[in-house]
Amino acid sequence: MEVLLDNLDSFAIGIRNTVALSLASFAGALAIGMIIATFRVSPVPPLRAAGATYVETIRNIPPLVLIFVFFFGFPTIGIIYSPFVSAIIVLAVYTAAFVGEAIRAGVNTVARGQAEAARALGLTFPQTLGLVVMPQALRSVVPPLGNLFIALVKNTSLASTISVFELTFVSKRLITDTAQGLLIFFGTAIAYLLLTLPAGWAVGRIEKKAAFQR
Amino acid sequence: MTAGVPLVVMEDVNKSFGDLQALKDINLSVDKGEVVVVIGPSGSGKSTLCRTINRLEPIDSGRILIDGEPLPLEGRALARVRADVGMVFQSFNLFAHKSILKNVTMGLIKVRGMSRAEAEDKAMELLKRVGIADKAHRHPAELSGGQQQRAAIARALAMNPKLMLFDEPTSALDPEMIKEVLDVMVELAAEGTTMIVVSHEMGFARSAAQRVAFMDGGRILEVSPPEQFFAAPQTERARDFLSKILAH
Ligand SMILES: Nc1ncnc2c1ncn2[C@@H]1O[C@H](COP(=O)(O)OP(=O)(O)OP(=O)(O)O)[C@@H](O)[C@H]1O
Ligand SMILES: [Mg+2]
Repeated sequence: MEVLLDNLDSFAIGIRNTVALSLASFAGALAIGMIIATFRVSPVPPLRAAGATYVETIRNIPPLVLIFVFFFGFPTIGIIYSPFVSAIIVLAVYTAAFVGEAIRAGVNTVARGQAEAARALGLTFPQTLGLVVMPQALRSVVPPLGNLFIALVKNTSLASTISVFELTFVSKRLITDTAQGLLIFFGTAIAYLLLTLPAGWAVGRIEKKAAFQR
Repeated sequence: MTAGVPLVVMEDVNKSFGDLQALKDINLSVDKGEVVVVIGPSGSGKSTLCRTINRLEPIDSGRILIDGEPLPLEGRALARVRADVGMVFQSFNLFAHKSILKNVTMGLIKVRGMSRAEAEDKAMELLKRVGIADKAHRHPAELSGGQQQRAAIARALAMNPKLMLFDEPTSALDPEMIKEVLDVMVELAAEGTTMIVVSHEMGFARSAAQRVAFMDGGRILEVSPPEQFFAAPQTERARDFLSKILAH
């Protein structure tokens, strides 16, 4: 136990960086995912194709490979970012493919007549989507987005492979320093649970709230 | 009725869904101030006809003119035409996440660029007119079908449309609610609103329509004044159809 308590400050830094990675890349994933979903339901065929290509490409590559491609491969074509920023970009781009699909599925749950009534009123496509379809779609999208956030928190551990000082990286360090593998990994697992369990609980709350507003 | 000025002209309009031809060589002209009721058996193309007029369904060939202008293919120009053509659906299609008042003000604010205050005044006036001002702050799911349909009519009227399209506005309603919706429509007709109404309500056709168009198999088989159509339909198919709906 002592080894955990002695290194609490290292853990704290690791947790802080894991939280920062998660929040920043989730924000990015929501923004990109919203654009992808918009492309996928757009009336313009090339945009639909672009959206589908993005989703099919990104979600069928292991995220670890994406990180390596971005961090080790892209510098050769002049794209260089710090490990931390690289991890945020890759995790955002990766998670966005799933976010886009979740939002698209939500859009499909909204009755067709809603969009037809909006168009019949003279609203443009972006207005129809933004004022009528998305607000109704987002309600059914909260639970899958919650799951994606939890998956993302877990995926941030991949950033340890490019030396981002997050939770998994910290624990690997401590293990080499202290040779107390079991205890340290146990502590790390608890720390991840402390991050993901409240996220699951928060999603339940938001879902209930959204249901009442209907 | 300012006779003889066509507001809607459909010329040789054809429309298919895959192998199925839903509209065949449709020619129809509707004058300003005129009310045309479209009737015909299920699947004959009545809804499709209605929906091509504001291009919710694009057509394969032919032309549709509104106020002398061909329907724009897409984009903002099409949205502008749609703003001038009110549509009332069988299933109401009120925006489920918005109050009745916001349903009516949305087009005024977002399409017409009206201020919120001005839009709300106008919306309340219309809700009063269709008799549901007290429901302004309710959500659609809290209203009866008849009330929802009257709200949908108010939403369409708010845009000051040149033309109103009704696709079976009363067929999803319980009998006691049909009248409250038809009363609003009869009033609109009396005020000279140009209307194309898909409906099997013969009482409405007789009292409000100048002409009845009978459709079958994607074609308009007959267009005549309601007295004539109901008393002596010219085609065998129309006679057949009328005897069926009258029998019931
Ligand atoms: N989106 C669509 N995709 C494929 N087929 C369609 C579509 N919409 C309509 N159809 C077909 O086109 C034909 C005409 O349909 P339409 O809805 O216009 O008929 P209708 O006269 O309004 O019938 P109803 O009285 O049942 O409403 C039908 O055979 C219908 O199945
Ligand atoms: Mg129909």
